[in-house]
Amino acid sequence: MNTSHEGRAARAIAREIHATCERSSRPIHLMEVCGTHTMAIAQSGLKALLPNNLKLVSGPGCPVCVTEKRYIDQALETGRKYDARIVTFGDLIRVPGSSGSLATFRSEGGRVKVVYSPLDMIRIAQAESARPTVFLGVGFETTAPTVAATLKTAVPTGVSNLYVLPAFKTIHPPLKILAAKEDLDGFLLPGHVSAIIGSDCYRYLAEEFHKPGVVAGFEPLDILVALRELVRLAVDGPPQILNRYKRVVREGGNPAAREIMYEVFEPTDAVWRGLGLIPGSGLKLRGPYAGFDSLTAMPVNVSPTEDDPRCLCAAILTGAKTPDRCGLFGKQCTPEEPVGPCMVSSEGTCAAHYKYGSA
Amino acid sequence: MCLAVPMRLVEISGDGVGKVDTGGVTAPVSLMMIPHAQVGDYLIIHAGFGIEVLDANEAEIRLDLFRELAEATAEPAEP
Ligand code: SF4
Repeated sequence: MNTSHEGRAARAIAREIHATCERSSRPIHLMEVCGTHTMAIAQSGLKALLPNNLKLVSGPGCPVCVTEKRYIDQALETGRKYDARIVTFGDLIRVPGSSGSLATFRSEGGRVKVVYSPLDMIRIAQAESARPTVFLGVGFETTAPTVAATLKTAVPTGVSNLYVLPAFKTIHPPLKILAAKEDLDGFLLPGHVSAIIGSDCYRYLAEEFHKPGVVAGFEPLDILVALRELVRLAVDGPPQILNRYKRVVREGGNPAAREIMYEVFEPTDAVWRGLGLIPGSGLKLRGPYAGFDSLTAMPVNVSPTEDDPRCLCAAILTGAKTPDRCGLFGKQCTPEEPVGPCMVSSEGTCAAHYKYGSA
Repeated sequence: MCLAVPMRLVEISGDGVGKVDTGGVTAPVSLMMIPHAQVGDYLIIHAGFGIEVLDANEAEIRLDLFRELAEATAEPAEP
């Protein structure tokens, strides 16, 4: 396949999408649940190929975007109060807390280390010997098993100054809330979260909520093919779950990864930016791993936070609004000086609109 | 945050650890979540961990589908 082949295939799929949408008397709203899809769609300029009555809205699958501001405050306070080394993925660095971000904390002399893999935290903790090392555990079912596997690896090393501040989340609880919304007609389901949890587990979308869902890969053609199926199911029915990322996603997902994840974590309630408290939607350290919990070992007192009332992230994360409705977009709020998390994260909807336009 | 590009497993160093080829450079990868992976497999990697093995058969089916679509479209090649 070369680029001109791909272009032709893309236009052929887009024509089928147009034909299906023409049969619909009303606009069709599809949610891309995952932030990596949001970014891939914006980057590829895919929306230009789609009909006007097909609306793609972004969902809550951007880990940084759905993390509460209070979490950043907890991380900063842990760093300050216990002189801890904070270890994190790069995406969190510029998310504003109530008083500065991890980036400003670092510029003031705070110890912050960005890593690519959670495995690095073991080596970092060993090098710090006595100083506590705290990993910021943010992410979904793709990331949680990598942190779980890291902690399993850490136990036999005897490292005793390693902690995790967990804010992991699972995708089904918010999806159930969103599936009940009448203005959403179907879901483009995440690729790599599904690699772990499988494509079968989304059946409730079709069976209980009568909404279709299609698991998609990340290449523009993967996304187009998945959209073609999703539009067809949304317009003609029946509500059904399809897997169009079969080269990676198995029906039952990756059981080995889930076993590791649930050996180390168990479900707990979690607060989502935009969706509030959702019972059973978070993960906390369990059993012999509870000792790694940073808040138990090093409690911090952080007051409840309020988001900037002008920031529309909450509505954007539930597909209710688009960034152009925000008065701060591109003015007071840019990727360099972000006001809300949807502009900070490289997968955030506002960042995608800012970088690639909304076409 | 999800890396879509599969990488080839070139070495299993034992104990759930291997090496993948990333365009000529090798990088370590944990195989804890994919204990069945074999040298030569293409892996989906997330944060230093192999999270799944690419199904070569399905990958081929997908490419065939796109080839057919492109060929069935009698459009002149792009300028
Ligand atoms: S542009 Fe900035 S302030 Fe407005 S919704 Fe997006 S992140 Fe929030």
